[in-house]
Amino acid sequence: MRTNDVMLQTATKVVTFIILMFAVHIFFAGHYTPGGGFVGGLLTASAIVLLMLAFDLPTVKKIVPINYVVLTAVGLLIAIATASASILFDVPFFTHAYDYFDLPLFGKTSLHSAMLFDLGVYLVVVGVTMTIIQTIGEDE
Amino acid sequence: MSLVFLIFIPILAALFIPLLFKRLGQIHTGWFVLLVPAALFSYYATRLPSVMEGGTYVSEFSWIPSLDIAFVAYLDGLSLLFTLLITGIGALVVLYSIFYLDKHREQLHNFYVYLLIFMSAMLGVVQSDHLITLYLFWELTSISSFLLIAYWYTRDRSRFGALKSMMITVFGGLMMLGGFVLLSIMGGTYSIRELIAQAPELAQHDFFIWALVLVLLGAFTKSAQFPFYIWLPDAMEAPTPVSAYLHSATMVKAGIYLVARLTPVFALSEVWMWLVAGVGLFTMVWASFFALKQKDLKGILAFSTVSQLGLIMSLLGVAAAAYHVEDAAETYLKYAAFAAIFHLINHATFKGSLFMIAGIVDHETGTRDIRKLGGLMSLMPVSFTVALIGSLSMAGLPPFNGFLSKEMFLTAMLSLQEFDMFSMDVWWVLFPIIAWVGSVFTFIYSLYFVFHTFAGKHQPEQLPKQAHEAPIGMLISPVFLAALVVLIFFIPNLIGDWLVKPAVAAIQPFLYDSPQNVDIHVAAWHGFNTELFMALGIFAIGGLMFWTLHKWQRLYDLYPDAISLNRLYDEMMLLSGGGANRFSRIYMTGFIRSYLVYMFSFMTFIVLLTLFLTDAFQIDFSNLTPIGIYEIVILLALVGATLTILGSKSRLTAIIALGAVGYSVALLFVIFRAPDLALTQLVIETISVALFLLAFYHLPQISRKEERMKFRFGNALVALGVGITMTLVALSAHSQKALPSISEFYKETVYKEAGGGNIVNVILVDYRGFDTLFEIAVLGIAGIGIITMIRLRLTKKEGQHENK
Repeated sequence: MRTNDVMLQTATKVVTFIILMFAVHIFFAGHYTPGGGFVGGLLTASAIVLLMLAFDLPTVKKIVPINYVVLTAVGLLIAIATASASILFDVPFFTHAYDYFDLPLFGKTSLHSAMLFDLGVYLVVVGVTMTIIQTIGEDE
Repeated sequence: MSLVFLIFIPILAALFIPLLFKRLGQIHTGWFVLLVPAALFSYYATRLPSVMEGGTYVSEFSWIPSLDIAFVAYLDGLSLLFTLLITGIGALVVLYSIFYLDKHREQLHNFYVYLLIFMSAMLGVVQSDHLITLYLFWELTSISSFLLIAYWYTRDRSRFGALKSMMITVFGGLMMLGGFVLLSIMGGTYSIRELIAQAPELAQHDFFIWALVLVLLGAFTKSAQFPFYIWLPDAMEAPTPVSAYLHSATMVKAGIYLVARLTPVFALSEVWMWLVAGVGLFTMVWASFFALKQKDLKGILAFSTVSQLGLIMSLLGVAAAAYHVEDAAETYLKYAAFAAIFHLINHATFKGSLFMIAGIVDHETGTRDIRKLGGLMSLMPVSFTVALIGSLSMAGLPPFNGFLSKEMFLTAMLSLQEFDMFSMDVWWVLFPIIAWVGSVFTFIYSLYFVFHTFAGKHQPEQLPKQAHEAPIGMLISPVFLAALVVLIFFIPNLIGDWLVKPAVAAIQPFLYDSPQNVDIHVAAWHGFNTELFMALGIFAIGGLMFWTLHKWQRLYDLYPDAISLNRLYDEMMLLSGGGANRFSRIYMTGFIRSYLVYMFSFMTFIVLLTLFLTDAFQIDFSNLTPIGIYEIVILLALVGATLTILGSKSRLTAIIALGAVGYSVALLFVIFRAPDLALTQLVIETISVALFLLAFYHLPQISRKEERMKFRFGNALVALGVGITMTLVALSAHSQKALPSISEFYKETVYKEAGGGNIVNVILVDYRGFDTLFEIAVLGIAGIGIITMIRLRLTKKEGQHENK
């Protein structure tokens, strides 16, 4: 039994994408301006939570068919792999590297190995937050 | 190829086993596994000629240089002998297991992975020259043994036996680690060779005796010496190939190896000699006595293994005595070390074959209960022959190798009369007498094993299966070992030169410079001497007692189970489990509010105490910014929301008010120009309010009326304490700086070295990346925890017990 929430659902359809775009922006901007993997992950999670509030769980599961437990595991693996990759270059564990590249479209861009690690953080945050919410939400 | 990497070959091979099992299931996985020990054995065998001359090989791989931890493979006579045993017996056991374990019914991938892990671990134990990596491999053998004993994990007895062996051997391992640490503190090195070089100085050290006792605890638990032997009979729940391999030929000899290896370090001490020789000899007689009580074929063999290990151990103790005698190489004392190693080889051959026969009997008749067996001689002629050879060798009869080493054992025990230190001149006579008594019982249980299984009346109605001879593949390994038993009797000096003498030179470097100097000749016949008369006595008395066994074996049942060591172990396990349970119940109420009270009170207590003990409390209002109107408004909202939570009658109001508190804090961050924090706080608040609303449904009804006034007063006190503590800490932290702030360092390096602009995020991913890594790991674990609590929880209908 659901109440008629056309307003919320319509707004959600727009707002979710804005939040997701913002999350991506925040994630990539993190190294130089406020943001980062943690906030980016939380924002992404909040966008999905908003979807869940507006629609119901089964619908959202159909829209975003992601196994969040696997997502968490992948995030952890990326993080540990980034950290361990430094061993291959014979520098201490967790040494990051960065450099500047001239890429088409972007122009001069700095690329960091820290970004990969941050991607792991991002995935774990999204994965765990959604795991928790989904598990509790589905429980009868 | 570098020796140190060879150690890891089995463990690397283990990686492919699951794949082979899944993809090539129609071929028994054992055939692939067999290649590993066979190849390693032939490789190591090529090192024999130069090691025989006294040569050694060292190969090093640095693992954690900052802690001076390295894998060092050191191959001399002693480690090469063990290496050959591990790979040689390993190959035979794998061959045997191919026919023992059915490829359709058994989980072969598990079995062979564990077995290969064990092989690597064992090679590591006997080749490591570095104490810490030796310990690492040592515990790895315990773990793989645990997994192998529990291979048929649906059986209660298997799990019980696995846990028991784990408890006891890991306890010993930890003690041994303590001993190793003390040794390295004393000698300033982890290398065993360097420790041996400075043995006389070490003996002067205060820690010496502690290190000695701790290391011996490790060796005694692993090699199943009294009173720690109780795990070995229960370990017989493992599949028979495992019993033959781990619990008879290799792993239980790790303790012997350790004692032999460290003899040059500790031999100086009287305690070492007395403990090793005394405990070993006592174990020998104790276990041989109780072997006759056993009804299970493998139980008899387990006790006999304990007894034989005790025998070898006691010989090593006597070998240490040679250190104190001038020109020991000229006396009879020299025989002890030789006898120990020689018997070790012999034991591996005859006990390996006996275990395999026990497995065959079990496999072909369906039972190992010796009371149901009998008369199998005509049905299983090959097995009977092998069992007879093995048993008679164990009993010490010619023409089998056991006779030679048993004679030499008696020689070594008698040689103690030449040793007049450490009050041995009074007590020495005990040693040969106990050794003789132990040998008599050894003789009896050897005959008991073979004749009560194969002779007597056949009782087909008692057996679950129709008894018949084993398939030929299963017989190859035991027949090969039995052939060795006979062969060694005729070529003992060849074995002596090739295998025993290099090992003896490694145990007693204080006597011999090189293996050639070990001047010992083994002969089956050496005239009418005391040893021979003792042996004849053993045969006569033992034979007589075996003849009358049915009359006095019942006496064993009189021994009360209530005072056995097993009972002690069970009681200790119950007590520690139950005690820990009772202790936890005192404070584990199941309510998270109780735990929060504990945590907050302790935090308040500790922080306040430190604050006042170190006289750290100071207030300095000098460089504070003025408070603006926005701050006042936000703070008022914050306090108002907090009071609402306290006063609200419904939980929904409380949750929303809590959200308000969070958003106010976020606003504060905005005003103090911390956009990162503000953003994070905002999102976190949003998500946690959503979470709260979700969990709302599950929370119990609020019932404030039931709570007594005292309870709330206590909570108020804790809350007040936390608030005051945080305020005091914040004020003090602001007012004084013990160290210059680290933020300057971040400001300077964030662009130059980390290539970033946002200090907060660069700290998270770079400066303190380790923190973050573990934090996301904790997050992941929390997620798993919630899944297990909610999705996998047991409903009342399914029952409380997880095993159902």
